[in-house]
Amino acid sequence: MSELTLLLIKLAFLAVLWFFVIAAVGVIRTDLFGSRTATAAPARKAPKPVKAPAKPKKGEPRQMVVVGGPLQGTTIPLAETPITIGRANDATLVVSDDYASSRHARLFPQDGQWIVEDLNSTNGTYLDRTKVTRPTPVPLGVPIRIGKTVIELRK
Amino acid sequence: MSAPTVSTPSAEPVALPAKRRMAQLVMLAFAVLIVMAAYAAVGLGIDGKIPSGMLTYGLGLGGFMLAAYLVLARFAPWADPLILPLVTLINGLGLVMIYRLEVGAGGEGGASATNQLLWTAVGVVVFAVTLIVLRDHRALQRLTYTAGALGLLLLISPLIPFIGQEINGARIWIGAGGFTLQPAELAKLALIIFFAGYLVAKRDVLALAGRRLLFIDLPRARDLGPILITWGLSLGVLILQKDLGSSLLIFGTFIAMLYIATQRTSWVLIGILLFAGGTIVASSIFSHVAARVEVFLNPEDPALYYRELGGSAQLLEGLFGMSQGGVLGTGLGQGHPGLIPLAFSDFIFAAIGEELGLTGLMALLMIYGLLVERGLRTALAARDPFSKLLAGGLSFILAWQVFIIVGGVTNLIPLTGLVTPFMSQGGSALLANWILIALLVRMSDAARKPPPQAIQDEGLTQVFQR
Repeated sequence: MSELTLLLIKLAFLAVLWFFVIAAVGVIRTDLFGSRTATAAPARKAPKPVKAPAKPKKGEPRQMVVVGGPLQGTTIPLAETPITIGRANDATLVVSDDYASSRHARLFPQDGQWIVEDLNSTNGTYLDRTKVTRPTPVPLGVPIRIGKTVIELRK
Repeated sequence: MSAPTVSTPSAEPVALPAKRRMAQLVMLAFAVLIVMAAYAAVGLGIDGKIPSGMLTYGLGLGGFMLAAYLVLARFAPWADPLILPLVTLINGLGLVMIYRLEVGAGGEGGASATNQLLWTAVGVVVFAVTLIVLRDHRALQRLTYTAGALGLLLLISPLIPFIGQEINGARIWIGAGGFTLQPAELAKLALIIFFAGYLVAKRDVLALAGRRLLFIDLPRARDLGPILITWGLSLGVLILQKDLGSSLLIFGTFIAMLYIATQRTSWVLIGILLFAGGTIVASSIFSHVAARVEVFLNPEDPALYYRELGGSAQLLEGLFGMSQGGVLGTGLGQGHPGLIPLAFSDFIFAAIGEELGLTGLMALLMIYGLLVERGLRTALAARDPFSKLLAGGLSFILAWQVFIIVGGVTNLIPLTGLVTPFMSQGGSALLANWILIALLVRMSDAARKPPPQAIQDEGLTQVFQR
């Protein structure tokens, strides 16, 4: 085995090792730069008119973000299904908060809007500063307070 | 209200997190291939031919990982796609290095790649069992105090006569027959579960109640009591057993988890002060701690190099090895890592530094970093506070462990004996770390799974489907 071959093997191995690191970063790229569905997909495929209705209209929220309280930083993508919030283990967002009820509130979509509904909680749900007494539409970026947890709908 | 139906993929308003099983499988195969290439390179470097062990070790590792992947795909399909491949590569590179130290000339005995491969198999089995048995990690929250008691019992067990055994001057083993185990490794996991469960319950009183001294909020003693007692006992036991690395590990993890739970910077400050004070006191009371600090400050001193007990020879040989490696390393199988005492366990990082150089070490640290990043990401995405704390604590202990041993080997901090996770030879640590990874995988599965879908009829009853 000549010196040169061994040198080449050594360099090749290090290159492969780094390639693995780069590939791993590639897998988690969505974490670093956000979802690339909007940019990369149309560039490669032919423009599909079918895709248009699938896209949410402008101004429609895409995710629910916890902006305050112990769960701060949690995001939940908004699909077509309702979201329940409470202390019960089967809630979508489980808050362990002495001021929250086990089934505290519910968020559901209706005609392109998200509606917040208080499920007879003990301490109430607040949309901005007003108490939610009947199902109320939630605008983007307006805080919903549940106990010590504050959530917002975002694009 | 309009009854929401089960959404079809085409009508989804947002891209739900994908399972990415294919990416996981490809990365896993890639990792196994790198490990096999490393075996081949070791053989070519040592005697110019591809070793016969390449296929058995490579395919053995590949087989175990495929089994782990299948279990993961069946029982935790939404789990993070990167955790398993990253662990596979680290574990595999450790195997290669131990194999290289075993077959290479000029080293002392003790390295056994076959043993390590067997323990890897046991680790994968434990990983699978944990995933299959533990369907919901929140069950662990109910075991808070049980876990605390179990952790303490495991820590104390080596001191119990008949079960406990003393090997190489450290009484940190239990054994029956020819089979030995380091219970401290498993105790770490139990203590983290205890800390997480306890802090979730008492977080608010810890952060809010209490009095203010200068600009630091001190919590009430009755809130902090149980955790301080557990922590003090574990530190006391470990110091009695002269297991410095583990005590530093548990101390740091405890502080980090308090910080995550209460979000008070004052805890980090208190922790650093306590640690500095503790180090000064310990180095003046215990001679073995003082010896470590001496070696840290002055490793080149010939008097220290030739000292029988607690000399700097091991540290200095490791530093020589890494400097021999330089930027690109000597190449696998072409260095002399066998000259470093215990290169297969505590000093495996220095051995890798010699043969793969700075470039290889940086890649390795990146892989550890990515693994920790996936763990912290899981903690961020988790939907209940217990998982947040548990995932945060587990990821932190992994990072902290790498920092302590790598910092020790490179003489950044005083050297304390700790295993490099997944690399160093040693069954107990490998076992405990595989359980840790299983817990992280379980939690990342829960965090990335799309929210349960409600099948709704008009009325009060809601049926949730998971």
